[in-house]
Amino acid sequence: MKDFQFVVLWSDVLFAVLIAALVAGVSFAMRREHLRRAWRGVFSRPSAMASLVILLCYLAVAIIDSVHFRPALEQKGDPAAGAKVVYSVEVRSLLDVVLADMRETSEKSYSEPFAAYLYEKQVMEQPDGTQKRDYPRLKYGAAHLQDPENERAADIAGRLVKAFAIGAALWLLALAVLARGVGKRQGMDLKTAAIAILRGRTAIAWDGFAWALLVVLLFGSALFTLSGPYHVFGTDATGNDVLYQTFKAMRTALMIGTLATLVVLPLGIGLGIAAGYYGGWVDDAIQYIYTVISSIPYVLLIAAAALMMQMVIEGRSDLFDTAAARADARLVSLCVIIGAISWTTLCRLLRAETFKLRELDYVQAARCFGVSNLRIMLRHILPNAFHIVLITVVIEFSALVLAEAVLSYVGVGVDPTTFSFGNMINKARGELAREPAIWWSITSAFVFMVSLVLAANLFADAVRDAFDPRALTPLRRRLRLGAAK
Amino acid sequence: MSQNQNKTVLSLRELSMHIDSERGLVRALDRVSFDIRAGETFALLGESGCGKSMTALSLMRLLPPGGRIAGGAVQMGERDLCGLTEAQMRKVRGGDMAMIFQEPGTSLNAVLTVGQQIGEVLDIHRGLKGEAARTEAVALMKQVGIPDPERRLSEYPFQFSGGMKQRVMIAMALAGKPKLLIADEPTTALDVTIQAQVLDLMADLQREQQMALMLITHDLGVVAKMAHRIGVMYAGHLIEEAPRERFFTKPAHPYSVKLFEALPEGHRSAGKLATIPGSVPPLTTDFVGCRFAERCQHAWDRCRGELPAWHDLGDGQRVRCHLYDAAEQGRNANKSGAKVQEAKPETRSGDTLLEVKALQVHFPIKRGVFQRTVGHVKAVDGVSLTLKAGRTLALVGESGCGKTTAGKAILRLIEPTGGSAALGGADIGALDGAALRAMRSKMQMVFQDPFGSLNPRLRVAEIIDEGMAALGIGGDLAARRDRILQIMQQVGLRPEMADRYPHEFSGGQRQRIAVARALAVSPQLIVCDEPTSALDVSVQAQILNLLQELQSELGLAFLFITHNIGVVEYLAHDVAVMYLGRIVEQGSAEEVLKSPRHPYTQALLAAVPRADIHAEAGDASVKPVKGDLPSPSNPPQGCHFHPRCPQASDVCKQAYPEARKVSETRVVSCHFAQ
Amino acid sequence: MIAYLIRRLLWALPTLIGVNLLLFALFFVVSSPDDMARAHLGAKRVTQEAIEKWKADRGYDKPLFWNSAADGSAKFTDTIFVTKSARMFVLDFGKSDEGRDINRELKTRMGPSLALALPVFLLGLFVAISFALMLAFFRATWIDFSGVVLCVVLMSISGLFYIIGGQYIVARLWSLVPISGFQSGLDSVRFLALPVVVGVIAGLGANVRWYRAIFLEEIGKDYVRTARAKGLSESAVLFRHVLKNGMIPILTGAVVVIPSLFLGSLLSESFFGIPGLGSYTIQAILAQDFAIVRAMVFIGALLYILGLILTDISYTLVDPRVRLQ
Repeated sequence: MKDFQFVVLWSDVLFAVLIAALVAGVSFAMRREHLRRAWRGVFSRPSAMASLVILLCYLAVAIIDSVHFRPALEQKGDPAAGAKVVYSVEVRSLLDVVLADMRETSEKSYSEPFAAYLYEKQVMEQPDGTQKRDYPRLKYGAAHLQDPENERAADIAGRLVKAFAIGAALWLLALAVLARGVGKRQGMDLKTAAIAILRGRTAIAWDGFAWALLVVLLFGSALFTLSGPYHVFGTDATGNDVLYQTFKAMRTALMIGTLATLVVLPLGIGLGIAAGYYGGWVDDAIQYIYTVISSIPYVLLIAAAALMMQMVIEGRSDLFDTAAARADARLVSLCVIIGAISWTTLCRLLRAETFKLRELDYVQAARCFGVSNLRIMLRHILPNAFHIVLITVVIEFSALVLAEAVLSYVGVGVDPTTFSFGNMINKARGELAREPAIWWSITSAFVFMVSLVLAANLFADAVRDAFDPRALTPLRRRLRLGAAK
Repeated sequence: MSQNQNKTVLSLRELSMHIDSERGLVRALDRVSFDIRAGETFALLGESGCGKSMTALSLMRLLPPGGRIAGGAVQMGERDLCGLTEAQMRKVRGGDMAMIFQEPGTSLNAVLTVGQQIGEVLDIHRGLKGEAARTEAVALMKQVGIPDPERRLSEYPFQFSGGMKQRVMIAMALAGKPKLLIADEPTTALDVTIQAQVLDLMADLQREQQMALMLITHDLGVVAKMAHRIGVMYAGHLIEEAPRERFFTKPAHPYSVKLFEALPEGHRSAGKLATIPGSVPPLTTDFVGCRFAERCQHAWDRCRGELPAWHDLGDGQRVRCHLYDAAEQGRNANKSGAKVQEAKPETRSGDTLLEVKALQVHFPIKRGVFQRTVGHVKAVDGVSLTLKAGRTLALVGESGCGKTTAGKAILRLIEPTGGSAALGGADIGALDGAALRAMRSKMQMVFQDPFGSLNPRLRVAEIIDEGMAALGIGGDLAARRDRILQIMQQVGLRPEMADRYPHEFSGGQRQRIAVARALAVSPQLIVCDEPTSALDVSVQAQILNLLQELQSELGLAFLFITHNIGVVEYLAHDVAVMYLGRIVEQGSAEEVLKSPRHPYTQALLAAVPRADIHAEAGDASVKPVKGDLPSPSNPPQGCHFHPRCPQASDVCKQAYPEARKVSETRVVSCHFAQ
Repeated sequence: MIAYLIRRLLWALPTLIGVNLLLFALFFVVSSPDDMARAHLGAKRVTQEAIEKWKADRGYDKPLFWNSAADGSAKFTDTIFVTKSARMFVLDFGKSDEGRDINRELKTRMGPSLALALPVFLLGLFVAISFALMLAFFRATWIDFSGVVLCVVLMSISGLFYIIGGQYIVARLWSLVPISGFQSGLDSVRFLALPVVVGVIAGLGANVRWYRAIFLEEIGKDYVRTARAKGLSESAVLFRHVLKNGMIPILTGAVVVIPSLFLGSLLSESFFGIPGLGSYTIQAILAQDFAIVRAMVFIGALLYILGLILTDISYTLVDPRVRLQ
């Protein structure tokens, strides 16, 4: 007899595959000297390390949000009597458990961040039986305060101080662990190592990492402590906590940004290298396919394909036992569509690079030994063109996260019931037009989406500069010098 | 030379230039001093990475990112250029001091006409605009020998050939009436016949205009042809300065001496070339003593601990070397004569190994809406060669003549469109699948660019193993590993290098790896495609020695593709000269090089600058060849060479000459060959 | 060269056929007209009759490729493939699922779309090139560095935020311009000012970074060293030599989008209530009007392919190496 039943959604599986591939890739990179060197180049940049912290936080949220289960429903009869356990139709994730404070504290309607009252007046029944239009107290938000008007500021300040203290303590702990690790390698004591880290005197830019970690820990611990008694980013039309929605949106953003890669990589790498290596009619055929696909405007093609997929999914709703599974099918199909459309970029770049590489003398030398074409492609072409794959994937990530918002707005994005930045922005359009405007939902989406995309962009920049020697500008050289001194 | 020869145009005093780089501070120039006088050609000589170009760029104050003048002075006339503001400096650049560069192809702006680019200089330095500028530009173009200058002024650089582009660069440099012309490897990118034309032009112009010329080069031949005085640079230091006569008769610095000894030319049938071990140290090093000490066979403790001072040897020669310190008299005695002379073993010239008959490689030219084939680039058009086991056949020609294509077609890296090549009697062209693979172990290739020929993602052992693994020879992994180590030793690599990556090696070492890779499958024939043309002369000597050794040890045959006549002299037993896809003359090296019969061979040999000021400059009767190499897609009617040939007559315009056997070993394709 | 262009034009045809087939497969094979009808009629349990009627009204009741019921050539022509898909080749898009003539809508909506997209394109190009040139001039200084950082930040903000933010702040809080709407003639300036500015800013980050990279690459080339060695000032080098070379990839890269300007901008138009083709498309997608979506996708591909051909032509115009060979 269990209290819950694991639910494995398709996107969970694919995401797990991606994470496994990522881990495998990292361990491979650690063993290949040229890859280690390039990654050291990435991590020697403070902005890249800071971005890494942010990205890892999002990744962590997405991972715990990818463990799904259905809780058992309260049994009416005697559980011991072998009555069949009935599970809720509602699929939850580990994140929901962690964020139970936010998830289960629904109000009636809109409320401002940190509000104690609803945003709009409602007709309320007074204790004496009369009716009155006023702002009702929130059921959960600031419910612990007797006199919210006067007590709230002090209460928040008090909690913030406590939260910052906890955050700072955690940070010091993390710093100590880090300093111990770094110090051990370089033969420094803890204090010297910590100072070296914070001053940016280590080869790997641990300073960026440490400072970003401080910000994240302070911010995170503040959110965590305040989100219990308050709705930090307010509530939406149905009274749900906006911060909770924002956290849930992170998984969607990451899925959209990464799952398409699973389609892009085999198509882009296989076809791109084949086209460039064989040339002739193989090249003509592959070029034709990608010209056809890429000549259709991106959003329109996705829209057309997604509309059709939607209809297929709607038409076969009997295949899905829960709403979550159906929404997930839509998410996965969207990713597949995006992937099936966007492999053309990678394919084109790899084709061009392969054209160059196949004329290089080491490929000629291999052909001189009668090495088979497949082996030449795997051993000589792919490893030397792999930086293009990596750079394309990391650059594409932020573009896809941004695209999700547009697609949702156009009506071909993720399911309207799925939490996503796009859906939040989409709703905010109407909310901002109200009088007075509902500004917090979009603000929350803005803050969390921009920090994700900005981190991704900065990281992508570092990856590009480290892996593509041509991308290194004089500015970068100079700035890196400045950092080295 | 002229009367105002003694007027100093430019003098450097202790000039230093440093560059901040990721690897640390690069001391690109360290306290360099020299003078250049009017009407004089001062050659700055040295291997790559020695700071020659940096000297020129520092003079012009065109510093690389992060570069700065760290000290010293550049005196031009009354002025110290280092003290000028940037605006004043701009007046100097292109005005008093002009510069031309190595790659004329990329040094001109592709989207401006030649007239516009020359006009710019006339405008800023001489205030000429409009018609006046145009007239002057036409005059300049005439002066540098560009035919039909009125029309060509409005053309774009891509419409000019390489040699013509360099002439345009020279015209542009002359436009500001410079007192000093700096030429940074001006002919390195050009073919030898074109090089001769451009060098002659520069010498003529200098005489006419009484300019000072600073010529930066690594080529002792060019120095011998052009220079009045020579400065030798090593690792950012000037180490010797001498007038022409002294330098070529008694080079003083051990480095200069070695540069001469490492030259392959004139050492035919001699033994090993002198080499300089190691390579130029990185300029990020904090030098204490003599920079050459690590590679110098005479070096002793003092050299490593103390920077040598200048020692004046009289007649304008001075050198920076402790050997010439009066206190070290004793050591000076036997500094030269280190060249190892050993009789070259007569190679076992056995049976015919490679027999190429009428080999053709034609690439279709496709045009029009439906991409119909309208013609062919006849890259290789009927080449026949024979190469005996254990011998070296040099395939000589200028760029674009089809020599590399011929080499690759023999190995079937490019499918030939006609003719045949047989190795040990078996027709390579007829083989397929497993039989072809079996054949591949018998013939291998060593490529030109040591940086492009090794996969940067593989370890040295993996690179050398590739052939054995692919061809299934050499046994299991352990056996192959033993063989790899043995071969590495054979080519002069240490066993611990097996697990390193190519980027950790210098150009010479990389070429050793490439040779090892080819050797691993025990071939009988190795096609060497300009294996030393990307290397400095001292490193080239190492590789040539290695190839020579391998040949006598293993009885290898080399098909040696090159444009370097010096290398041919040193290494080749037989020579075939190629021009526009065909062989115009072949025979034993002795015959062809000593008494060339084909006018093209004669012109080619005459155009090669010799690193010897006393050698008669080729055959005086041979006029330098005029014009450019025609395109192989549209070769001239009749004899391909006739438009450039001084002996051409009507019959040459009509028919391509038959190959004539003029001696037992020699075949010449010329109507006039006897 | 003319032969080359003719060849490009001939190549465009199979590409368009490919696009057409892809669309046909997507709309009629992957999903069926039945699905469309069901989606359109909304309710989950519609009767088969209603579906059939919906299909018959819109001509979706025909067979896909071969109409055995028809006579003569109509066996082939009276099919979904010919009436719905192949007909787009002669730019006949038929009626929307609502029953309106798509071609007429296209004509009337092109104007407003262009009125917004063209100024965004031209102004955006000008601002981005100027800004990029400035960064290239101050390369490796803190001006350059902060410019690049600004670009990354601009790039990281979704276009939707620019639109929503601009609308909220400029139109609502400051009341400088109307929030949305459109009028033709001179009045349009009032309505277009904000969307144009928003459009320019939204595209700025990525373009400036790209153009700056192009300029910096040019600055590293040999001919720039030659120009400096002639004694040209830094600004002359930049404006005379670098700009001219850098403009080749920039302009030819920009040319490809010119035909697509007719399609307008999906987001801006619908947010700012501009009755162009962008908002038309969005409405069609939201209303699941497949005839319009199909038409717009096809037109989009057509214009893009046209853009590619124009790119080739523009290359031959600006680059003497191509023009004269």
